[in-house]
Amino acid sequence: MFYREAGDFKTSYTDDNQTFPIKFDRYRYYVVLTVAFGIIPFLINDYWANAFLLPFLIYSIAAIGLNILTGYCGQVSLGTGGFMAVGAYACYKLMTAFPDVNIFFHVIAAGGITAIVCTAFGLPSLRIKGFYLAVATLAAQFFLVWLFNKVSWFYNYSASGQINAPERTVFGVPVTGANTEAWATYLFCLVFLAISAIIARNLTRGMQGRKWMAIRDMDIAAEIIGVNPLRAKLSAFAVSGFFIGISGALFFAVYLGAAEAGDSFGIQKSFLVLFMIIIGGLGSIFGSFAGAAFLVLLPVALKLVGVDFLGWPTDIVAHIQLIIVGALIIIFLIAEPHGIAQLWRVAKEKLRLWPFPH
Amino acid sequence: MPEQLVFAMEVFLNGLMAGVLYALVALGFVLIFKASGIFNYAQGVMALFSAMTLVGIMKGQVPFAHVINVIFGTDVHYFGWTVPALLAIILTVAVMVLFAWAVQKYIFSHLVGQEPIILFMATIGLAYFLEGVGDLMWNSEIKKLDVGLPQGINEAIDNYTFNIFDYGFFIDNLDIVATLIAALLVGGLVIFSQYSKEGRAMRAVADDHQAALSVGVSLNFIWIMVWSVAGFVALVAGIMWGTKSGVQFSLSLIALKALPVLMLGGFTSIPGAIVGGLIIGVGEKLFEFAIGPMVGGATENWFAYVLALIFLVFRPQGLFGEKIIERV
Repeated sequence: MFYREAGDFKTSYTDDNQTFPIKFDRYRYYVVLTVAFGIIPFLINDYWANAFLLPFLIYSIAAIGLNILTGYCGQVSLGTGGFMAVGAYACYKLMTAFPDVNIFFHVIAAGGITAIVCTAFGLPSLRIKGFYLAVATLAAQFFLVWLFNKVSWFYNYSASGQINAPERTVFGVPVTGANTEAWATYLFCLVFLAISAIIARNLTRGMQGRKWMAIRDMDIAAEIIGVNPLRAKLSAFAVSGFFIGISGALFFAVYLGAAEAGDSFGIQKSFLVLFMIIIGGLGSIFGSFAGAAFLVLLPVALKLVGVDFLGWPTDIVAHIQLIIVGALIIIFLIAEPHGIAQLWRVAKEKLRLWPFPH
Repeated sequence: MPEQLVFAMEVFLNGLMAGVLYALVALGFVLIFKASGIFNYAQGVMALFSAMTLVGIMKGQVPFAHVINVIFGTDVHYFGWTVPALLAIILTVAVMVLFAWAVQKYIFSHLVGQEPIILFMATIGLAYFLEGVGDLMWNSEIKKLDVGLPQGINEAIDNYTFNIFDYGFFIDNLDIVATLIAALLVGGLVIFSQYSKEGRAMRAVADDHQAALSVGVSLNFIWIMVWSVAGFVALVAGIMWGTKSGVQFSLSLIALKALPVLMLGGFTSIPGAIVGGLIIGVGEKLFEFAIGPMVGGATENWFAYVLALIFLVFRPQGLFGEKIIERV
């Protein structure tokens, strides 16, 4: 019924190669874009923006970044928190050093700087593999956070050691600082997410993405068929660092407003983003969205049910949340290693035939 | 003798002692990794959980008291008895064996043959799960653990060094005990794996799963046993760290410190875990002593990882690890 190829004739190569070759899928994509850009900004309020929409948009960007590195290229990284911190501090330094430049370019530049740092920490990946590398990326996590705490140049010698986002505007509307409105911050993050997702989607289905996947599946075999492991791995680190840097910059500048490296970008953040892509689906852009939405919504939902509805104390709910997240990780790895994205694919296949049996 | 050198010697000795404790945690990792190829991230949380359980049993805490009170509106906290340390340790070991059985039955028997990285991520999930259960069961306050181990400055060493250098070294009695216990534990493990039937079976499984299976070794039994032994090692580490700095969440972060130890020593080698632990312990203390004041201190947070990272670039399998051979 839905998702059928029948009647959708492709008459040119461009048609054949489009991102969503199935008509229903394509229209669904346009509808999602219209709702996200045209309807939600009018309905949004502060609670939903801060509790769900902003973290969802920002974590989605980080999850896309990590998914490129871990899901597509197979290099497990536990340094996401540290790289987000690089994005945040780079954005802060740029915002204070060049107040006249539009913040849009600061965020992009912060992504670029993170890409460079991430590539530098990715260099050992040529020698070490698997969880040796995962542990090696912990070095990035701890070293970077320590660096941002100890070198006062990074936080402009402020007494508290915190960085605070000054007010910056886009087209005259403030998007950072104290006087922001929910719809403006939402749209600002959404633009970055949309651009990131489109870039990531097209990178991963092109030549570069296939190289990454070849490296992921078996790097020696990939090398033999002509993939340069140096360039493939480092480009994955660079692209991933770019997205993670953008998300770190947005997380600090738009969402938090004030940040401190150890609190906001600790090892817990690295695990959170890793869990997002495991639950969402390794090697899937849609999975990055699904995982981010799931893990952002879970605490909100648990708090609604546990604290507000059942009246339990918050610490018990927090512990139950740990148990649920841990159990979900294990359940997903056992039952559905490809995450929510795979469930979605199965559902699509079912819908394609429904209501007919064959 | 110049003063700085004497200080450095004291730092060196203290680093050795800290290294022993890292090595204890690392030992648990190596055991499980050798036997099942699982890189057990949850080892640190297991140490925390076992220490919490030990304190809970000793004080006669009611498990899940907080939850029971909330659901049933009761107000129970303690059974009103205390359990002697030795009995409590035995009971805790029983709990860890039960845990090992559950982990094997409900998680890893379903994940046999998966890629190592999947297993690794499953243990991260396990770590979260266990942390939540531990907090829910025994509440998350910082607890004092006292099983009767000696603590405080060792007077004999203090006096002895004072006579030689005019400066008394501060060495904690607990660290000395920990070193002795770690040595005993390693000796015991070596004897167990070399001379007992189960130990030999364990080494056979570590060598080749399928070959071991074909000569009649029960993989399931061996894996449960290995997880139990790792639980026991975690308990020992938990007792040491818990006595030293209280039973609290930071205990589980030691597991992270054990990772660079393993990378230095190699994932598959018990001597490697010990040597790696000592190198990291001494290295980070000396680095903090020599370079720390120049760069603002707190270098202990990252030194171990960076050292391991640099080291791995030159020798990817670690000091004592098996050579990595890859085939297409």
